[in-house]
Amino acid sequence: MADELTPDEALDKIDYRPRSSSEPRNWLDTTKSVQIRPGMYCYAAKPESVETLGLPYAREWNPTDEDWKLPENWQEILHEGIKERLERFRTFKIFMDICVRCGACADKCHFFLGTGDPKNMPVLRAELLRSIYRNDFTFAGKLLKKIPGGKRLLGSREMSLEALKEMWYYFFQCTECRRCSVFCPYGIDTAEITIIGRELLNLLGLNIDWIATPVSNCYQTGNHLGIQPHAFKDMLEFFVEDIEDITGVDCTPEFQKKGADILFITPSGDVFADPGTYTCQGYLILFKYLKDKYGLDVTWSTYASEGGNFGFFTSHETMKRLNAKMYAEAKRLGVKWILGGECGHMWRVINQYMDTMNGPADFLEVPVNPITGTRFENAASTKMVHICEFTADLIKHGKLELDKSRNANRVLTFHDSCNPARGMGLLEEPRYCIKACADEFYEMPPNTIREQTFCCGSGAGLNAGENIELRMAGALPRANAVKYVHNKFGVNSLATICAIDRAALPTMCEYWVPEVDVIGVHELVGNALILPGEKERTEDLRMEPLPGVEEE
Amino acid sequence: MSKNMIMAGLVVFVLAVLSPFWLNLITSTQAAPEPELLGKAAKVKKCVLDKYEMRAEHMYLLDVWRDSVVRDAARKYTGTNGETFNMSLSTGENSCLGCHEDKAKFCDSCHDYASVSPYCWECHTNPKEIE
Amino acid sequence: MNQRYLIPLTAVFLLFLLAYAGVEGLGLQVVFGVLIPYLAIAAFVIGFVIKVKGWAASAVPFRIPTTCGQQKSLPWIKQNTIDNPSTSTGVFVRMLLEIFAFRSLFRNTKAAFNRNASNKLTYSFEIFLWVGALAFHYAFLVVLLRHFRFFTAPVPEVIQTLEYLDGIIQVGLPGLFISGPVLLLATLFLLSRRIFDAKVSYISQAADYFPLFLIIGIAATGIAMRYFTKVDIIGIKEMTMGLVTFHPHIPEEVGGLFYGHLFLVCILFAYFPISKLMHMGGVFLSPTRNMANNTRAQRHINPWNYDVPIHTYEQYEDHFRDKMIEAGLPVDKKE
Repeated sequence: MADELTPDEALDKIDYRPRSSSEPRNWLDTTKSVQIRPGMYCYAAKPESVETLGLPYAREWNPTDEDWKLPENWQEILHEGIKERLERFRTFKIFMDICVRCGACADKCHFFLGTGDPKNMPVLRAELLRSIYRNDFTFAGKLLKKIPGGKRLLGSREMSLEALKEMWYYFFQCTECRRCSVFCPYGIDTAEITIIGRELLNLLGLNIDWIATPVSNCYQTGNHLGIQPHAFKDMLEFFVEDIEDITGVDCTPEFQKKGADILFITPSGDVFADPGTYTCQGYLILFKYLKDKYGLDVTWSTYASEGGNFGFFTSHETMKRLNAKMYAEAKRLGVKWILGGECGHMWRVINQYMDTMNGPADFLEVPVNPITGTRFENAASTKMVHICEFTADLIKHGKLELDKSRNANRVLTFHDSCNPARGMGLLEEPRYCIKACADEFYEMPPNTIREQTFCCGSGAGLNAGENIELRMAGALPRANAVKYVHNKFGVNSLATICAIDRAALPTMCEYWVPEVDVIGVHELVGNALILPGEKERTEDLRMEPLPGVEEE
Repeated sequence: MSKNMIMAGLVVFVLAVLSPFWLNLITSTQAAPEPELLGKAAKVKKCVLDKYEMRAEHMYLLDVWRDSVVRDAARKYTGTNGETFNMSLSTGENSCLGCHEDKAKFCDSCHDYASVSPYCWECHTNPKEIE
Repeated sequence: MNQRYLIPLTAVFLLFLLAYAGVEGLGLQVVFGVLIPYLAIAAFVIGFVIKVKGWAASAVPFRIPTTCGQQKSLPWIKQNTIDNPSTSTGVFVRMLLEIFAFRSLFRNTKAAFNRNASNKLTYSFEIFLWVGALAFHYAFLVVLLRHFRFFTAPVPEVIQTLEYLDGIIQVGLPGLFISGPVLLLATLFLLSRRIFDAKVSYISQAADYFPLFLIIGIAATGIAMRYFTKVDIIGIKEMTMGLVTFHPHIPEEVGGLFYGHLFLVCILFAYFPISKLMHMGGVFLSPTRNMANNTRAQRHINPWNYDVPIHTYEQYEDHFRDKMIEAGLPVDKKE
C-alpha cells in the first residue's frame, strides 16, 4: 500500500494555501463534492463488532457508497445527541461558542502539514460541527436562517447527508493529539470536539472497523487483539524462552496472582508485534530483577490484559466500559496498587478519566515503592503509577544495576507521545530512564518535542492499513524532525513510550527516514539491566550482537 | 470552575458594566455647568466665533493662534463677525481672559466637567492671580 | 469570497448612514440617542448573562487540562507549576497569564515547507498575531475606560490618571490619546490578515469581518470627532449623563457623526452576546486551561456518571474456563 504513493509524490502534493482549483472558494459549498478517497479513510465497522457492545445500528455499510443505510430519523438522533452533549460537557458548549477563527491552530496539525487539505486545519475540522451547531442551537443561527443568504453570513448549515459524510471523513482524520489546543488562546481542544463528534457518529453506527473490532475484542477477551487467556500466557512464555536464551535467566511472570503487591497492565500490542515485544521483554526482565533482589511481587492478568482503550475513540461510555476492568481486576486480586506500561492514550485515560469514571479506588493503597520508600503522591487517588515514574524512581535511588555499554550501538532521540505529553506532562521521567541506559541522546528541534510534540499520525484508532496515505502524510512532521537529528547527529534509534508509536513509527521510518529503528524505553532498560545470575550476554533483546561483541 | 464562582464572576461583571448607572445613584452627581457671560463679555457679546463653534473648536483655534504668534509674530485675528481681536489667551484687554474675566467659570467649570486638563496654565497665568 | 467581507462592510456603512440620516434628516435624536442605547445595553447585559448561565449550567465531567510542561511527579523532577499546574494557585497564575498576556498565542509559530532544496519543514516564531491581538485588546480597553468620563461627574481620579498616561506624548491640541490610533491600526492589521492570509481568509465568515468593520467604524468616527470635525463635548456629556441618571436630554447642535458613532457602539453591544465576541467570557471557563492536572491525586466527580454494562471477570472465566485450566492459569471456580 505504501508503494502506491512514493515519498516524493506525497511531498509534491503539499501546499498550505487552500487550493481554489480543487477546493470551492467557500468551504461550506464543499458538501456536494465530499470525496471519500481511498488511502485516506478507514473501512466501516463490521456489524458483529458493533453488536457485541450493544451499540446502535450495526449493519454492513460502505463509506464510498452513496447510501449509508442510515436510520430514517438520523437527523433527529444527531440533533438530540448534540443537545444532550451540550448539557453534559461544558467543554463542548464553550468550544462551539467562542472560537474567533484567528487561525493560530491552522498550521499546527500534522495532518494539515502533511496533506495541505484545508479541512485538516483544526479550526475547520471543528467548524464542520460548529456550522451545524450554529444553525440549530444559537440565537443568531435561528434568526439568520430565516433570511435568504443569512446562513452564509454566519457560516452555518443544515445537517445534510453531505455534511454528515464530511464530518465522518474528517473526524477520522484527527488523532486527538491536542497539539492545536496548546496554541489556542482559549484552549479549544479539537481532540474534545473529535471525541464528541465520533460519539455522535457512533449514535448512527458509523464507526470504523479498526476501532470497533478492537473494542469488541477488548470487551470480550480482555484485549484489543482478541488474544485468549491461554494464548496470552503462551506468548509471554515465548518471550521468557527468548530471554533465557539471551541471559540464561528464567523470567517467568505470574498471572492472576491473588495477593500480589502490584498488578501490571500494559497495551496488548506489546505482547503481539515487534518492536513492542522487546519492550515487553524489558518489563519481564525488570520484574524478575525486582523479585529476586527485593522480593517485589508483580502479577499480570489475562482478564485485564489491555492497557490501551479504543473505547476512548468510540464514546465516553465505551471508554468507561473497557476501563472498568482495571479496577475490577485489582480489587479481585487484592493487590496494593496498579502499575501501567508504556502507552499513549492509555495514560490520558488513566490520568484524566479513570478515577472519575470508575473510582474511587478505596480498595487500593496509595502507591508506595516498597524498594525506595517513595510515596507516589501524584497518584494518591487513582492509585496507578506509570512505569517510567516507577523505573526513574528506582534508578534515582540506585536500585538498578545498569550496563550502559549494552546500548552503545544506539544513538537515541525521544519521541514524546501526544497523550503523555499534553494530557499528563510525563516529559522528564522517560528521558531520565533513557539517559541512565544509554550514552548518546539528542533532542529533536524544540518545536517538535515535549508539549509541542508531533503525533505519529496513526493514533486514535487510525493505525489501519487502508488509510496508509493519510498516515504517512500525518507522520511527515514527526519524520522530518527525526530526519533532522538523523542527519545531524547520526541518530539511529527513536525511543518512545507508546504502543501505537511502536506499531506506527517503524512504518513511518521505513517510508520517510530509513535506517532509524523504533525502540521502547523499557527495551533499553531490559538490555542494560544486569540480572542476578545472568550469563555473559552476547546479544541484545533483538538477538542482534551486542556492541563490541562482533569484533571478537 | 464551580457554578458559584462563575455566578460570582458574572455578578461582578454585570455590576461593572452597569456601574455608570448605580454609581450616579449612590453618589451626588455634579450638574452640567451653566455657561454664563459675566462682566465685560456680558456687555460686548461679540466673540471670535459663534457659540457652538466656539465650544467645539476653541482648543484648535488657540493652537493655531499660538503657532501664529510664536512663529510668525502675527497677532491680529479677525473673527466671523468682522471684529479684530488680539491673539492672546491672557494678556491685555483684548485677550480671551481680558474679556471673560472669571477663569474658574469661563474655563475650568467645563474642563473639569469633561475631565479635560489643558496644559495652557503651565505657562500662562490667570491675570486675576497676578493682582 | 469577496462577499464575505463586502457584505459586512456595506452593512456597517449603511448602519452608520441610517443613524446619520435619521438624525440629520428626520430629527430622530430621541430614537438614536435614548431609545436604542437603552435597548442595546439591555440586550448586552441580558444576552451576556443568559450565555454565561448556559455555560455554567453544563457539567464539567472530567478534569482535562492541556498540559504544557512537566507534571508533578517525583520530588526531584522539577514541575512546571504554571503550564502544568497541580494546585489552584498554579491554575490562577496560568489563567492570569492566559487572560492578560495571551500566553498560548505567544507560542505561535509559522510552519513552512521547503519542497525542493531540503524537503524540510520549518517552524519560525510568529509574533505578529500576538502583538496585534494584544495591541487591539488593550487599546480597546483603554478607549472604553476613558469613555467613563462621559458617565461620571466628577470624573474619578483613576480615569483622569488613565487619560494622563494615554495622552502622555502631548502631541497636538486636543492632545493625542495613543490608544485611539493603536486601536484603529491593530484592527486594520487583524482585518488585513483575514483578507490576505490565504488560510485565515479561507476560514473567515462574514461574521468575522462584521465586528472588525464595526470597530473600525467606531474608532474612525471617534477619532474624527476628537481630532478633526470637533463636537460640543459638554453637550454630549449632558446627554450621556442624562442616560445614566435616567433623565434623557438631547443637546442642540450635536450632529449626525456623533449619533453614527453611538449607533455603531450600540450595535456592537447588542451583537456581542450572540456572537464569537463572547470569547471574552468564555476564556475564563475553558476547562483545558482552568483546571489543575491533579486528577490522579484528587478524584474529580462527574455529576452524571452513570453505571454501564461491563464484561465481568465471572463472565470472562465462564467463557474461557476450560482453556484457562488447561493452560495452568488460576481460576476462581474449578468445576
